[in-house]
Formats: sequence, structure tokens, C-alpha cells
Amino acid sequence: MRYAMVIDTLKCVGCSDCVVACQTENDVPIGYCRDWITETVNGAYPNIELELKSERCNHCENAPCVRCCPTGASHQLDNGIVLVTGDECIGCGACIESCPYDARFQHPDGYVDKCTFCHHRLEKGQLPACVSVCPTKCMYFGDLDNPNSEVSELLKNRKYKTLAPEAGTKPQVYYLI
Amino acid sequence: MQEELFTSGRNLPHIDPSLEIWHWPISLYLFLGGLAAGLLFFAGLITVLGKEKDYPAAVKYASIISPIALTLGLLALFYDLTHKFYFWRLYTTIRIESPMSWGAWVLLIITPISFLWVFSYYSEIFPKWQLKYENLNKFEKFLKGNRKNMAYALIPLSIILGVYTGILLSAFNARPLWNNAILGPLFLVSGLSTGAATIILLAKTQKEKHLFGKIDLALIVLELGLIVHMLMGMYAGSEVQLEAMQLLVGGEFTMMFFGFVIILGLIAPAILEFLELRGFKIPVAVPAILVLIGGMVLRFVMVEAGQITRYLY
Repeated sequence: MRYAMVIDTLKCVGCSDCVVACQTENDVPIGYCRDWITETVNGAYPNIELELKSERCNHCENAPCVRCCPTGASHQLDNGIVLVTGDECIGCGACIESCPYDARFQHPDGYVDKCTFCHHRLEKGQLPACVSVCPTKCMYFGDLDNPNSEVSELLKNRKYKTLAPEAGTKPQVYYLI
Repeated sequence: MQEELFTSGRNLPHIDPSLEIWHWPISLYLFLGGLAAGLLFFAGLITVLGKEKDYPAAVKYASIISPIALTLGLLALFYDLTHKFYFWRLYTTIRIESPMSWGAWVLLIITPISFLWVFSYYSEIFPKWQLKYENLNKFEKFLKGNRKNMAYALIPLSIILGVYTGILLSAFNARPLWNNAILGPLFLVSGLSTGAATIILLAKTQKEKHLFGKIDLALIVLELGLIVHMLMGMYAGSEVQLEAMQLLVGGEFTMMFFGFVIILGLIAPAILEFLELRGFKIPVAVPAILVLIGGMVLRFVMVEAGQITRYLY
């Protein structure tokens, strides 16, 4: 079992529905977000290219946040999801410093918080909140260990990229390009 | 040309637009931890060599500073935690891969030893104030008898403490300025150098001042060499490291780094100490204080500048 997310940048319109769905589902405090949209413009007028994508914790296979955590609060499940146990977190900030994606933040209550791939919904057989609300259906979620899953098929047939692969983290959120 | 924007209004506190998770308490702690490591290392070394009588400042007077520095440093660390009352979670596990876990355990051992060390010299430092409780006097005698054992423990522990203050930062590959293997040895040497400078400040005899002047001079030369290595390594590095380098060389931290750390904190005291050893009349307090200020500014520059550097994607 290896959960991964695949996001089609050609279908994303940058509506931020995934951001709002996450904030609602996970009671993310006002002013914070676990996922966000980036808009990248490449080139110079008139030859410009726009890329929209939804970003979040990459649930890296080689997660530096898990390595740097002094208490073991940041940990990785067998299915690849990286989680933080609030009651074990001391709020030292080491994991925030270690994340090349700046995907973690200090919750107003003190502990460190971030995207969980909606672990609590997966247990009930539901999709992550962001994936389930996407109006253009540009987000896909599934098991990469299963060669016949939707995400495996997409990565077999489409060109894709990951974010800052040179950081050596083996990110598990893939962007179709 | 590439331009990237966050359009969902991402403005995470202390993270956007650039990381400000670690503030002055961390820089202060890295300085105080290095200073304590230096002081305890020299106290241990002089004791193991059996030269306590010749160098009383190193083993006795300067070691009053180390428990104070460690206590202040630990308070600063505690102050910087955002989930403070779970701090004991550090001591429910040992995480070999996390430098911070190593550091927490070493601090748990070395801080009490630094207190016991000073207590073993209580009646020599404060000859007028006799302890009123017989048991405390007995305990002091017991510690006095075990000074050598404490010294043997202090040498490796203080080296680990000194190296850890640098390794703590270099373990973060997401911050290209920190992510170089020289930072551990650099912070250790800088810590030893600030320790030697403190001993020079407190030393009363010319002999002790001169010995630690020579040690400090050697450490400063070594530190300059390590800084050159660090800069060379980054010049030969990847794009993110080159960008990180820009902050120190020709960027917003150039004045602080070259002015305060390299020139005022290393080169100037090295010249002054050298001239002093050659017989010129220079108050040794001047280079010693410059070394201490340089050591402190080095920690502040590295912590602040490191957090600006990142992988852009």
C-alpha cells in the first residue's frame, strides 16, 4: 500500500475549492491552510504559459520532517502517509525547517499541523476532502503499489513531474503536465 | 522568465513570505551552548592533564560560567517551543537520526555535571562562606575525589555538545545555507574559541593568559580555514547553494558576516593576540571580547540567513 495523489495541471482552473474543502473538513484555524493554489507564469509576452496547481504536503517517501523530529511525533504510516501526533509534538519547529515545501505550520494551539491526506476519511473508505470536491476532477488519489489503480495508470500513460525532486525527498504528489 | 504566485491567499504565520520559525532564542542558545562546551572541554582537559594548580581560571573560575550559560540557553530553548508543556516528550524516546534528540539527551547529562563541577570547587571559590550542612560538605568532598572521573566524562560530552550545535542546522537539507558538513566542526571550533576567550578574561596569571591566548589564536586560524572551506564548498555547489551563498557574499548579510564575524570577530583578535604574545602591551580583554561578540554574531547570521534560503520550485 502506497498512497499517492496525482493532480492534472492541464485540468486545474485554480478555483481554490480544494483549499476551502480542506479548511472545512479539518477545522483548519482561520488564517492557516493545509493546501493552497500556486499560479506559475513561464515565458515572456506574447509567448507565455500559465500553470495552475494545488499544492500540499508531499507525504515524501524519504521524509526529512520524520528524520528531524526529536520526539517521534512526526511519523510515517505503512501506507506512506506522514502524520503528526499533537500530544507528542513539543513545537520545536525542526520539521518546519526541514520541509523543502514549507507545507507545515505551527497550529495556534502550539503543535505542528499539516495535510494528512484526510487519513480519517480514508479509514471510512472516502476520498480526501480536496479530491472529492474538485469541480474539474483534476485530482486523483489511490494506491501506487497496485499497478491497476487509477493513479498508477495515469503515471504510466502521462507525462508528470514532482516538486523539487532535487531535494531528495521522493515526493508522492505527482503533477501531470 | 518564471514567476510564481500563491493565489489561494496562503499567508501562513512565520512561514510566508520567508521562514521565521527560529528567532533570537535559538541563536542565543547556539552561542551559549558552544561557549559552555568550550569551557567544559578546557576544564576537563586541564584536569585530565593534571595541571589544575597552574591554570585555576580554566578549571575553577571560568567553570562558574558554564552552568549559567547552559541554564540560560535551556530557558531560551524552552521559551522558543510553541507546545511547551510537552517538552518532556524529548525524554521518552531516543531518535538516532534526529540531532535535536541527541542534543536534548547530552544536555540532560552535561548540565548537572557542570553544576556538580562548580560545586566541587565551592570551598575554593567561596572560602568565606562555609556550608552549614554536614551532608553538603561530605558531598563536596565526594565530588572533589571524583573530579578526574567527571573530567573524563566532560571531554567527549562537551565535544558532542559543541558539534551538535552545528549539526542541528546542517541536518536540514531544505535550507541550502545550513546543509553543509562543515557547520558542525565550525561551530565546535567557534565554541572552543569563545571558551578560551572567556578563560583569558578571567585568568589572573600571565602564564594562563598566554597559554589560552595561544590556544585561541590556533582556534581562530582553524576557524578561518573552516569558513573558507564552507564558502568554497558552496561556490562549487548546486544552484540553491549558490543562491544561499549570495546572502553572505554580496547580499544582505555581507556586512554582518564579513564585518562582524570575519574581520572584527576573527582577524582583528588574531592580530591583537599575536602582537600581545610578541610582547606588545595590549589588554587581552580586547581580543577576548571581540571573539565573544564574533561568535555570537556568527550564530545570529547563520540562523537568520539560513531560514531565507530554500528550494524554489
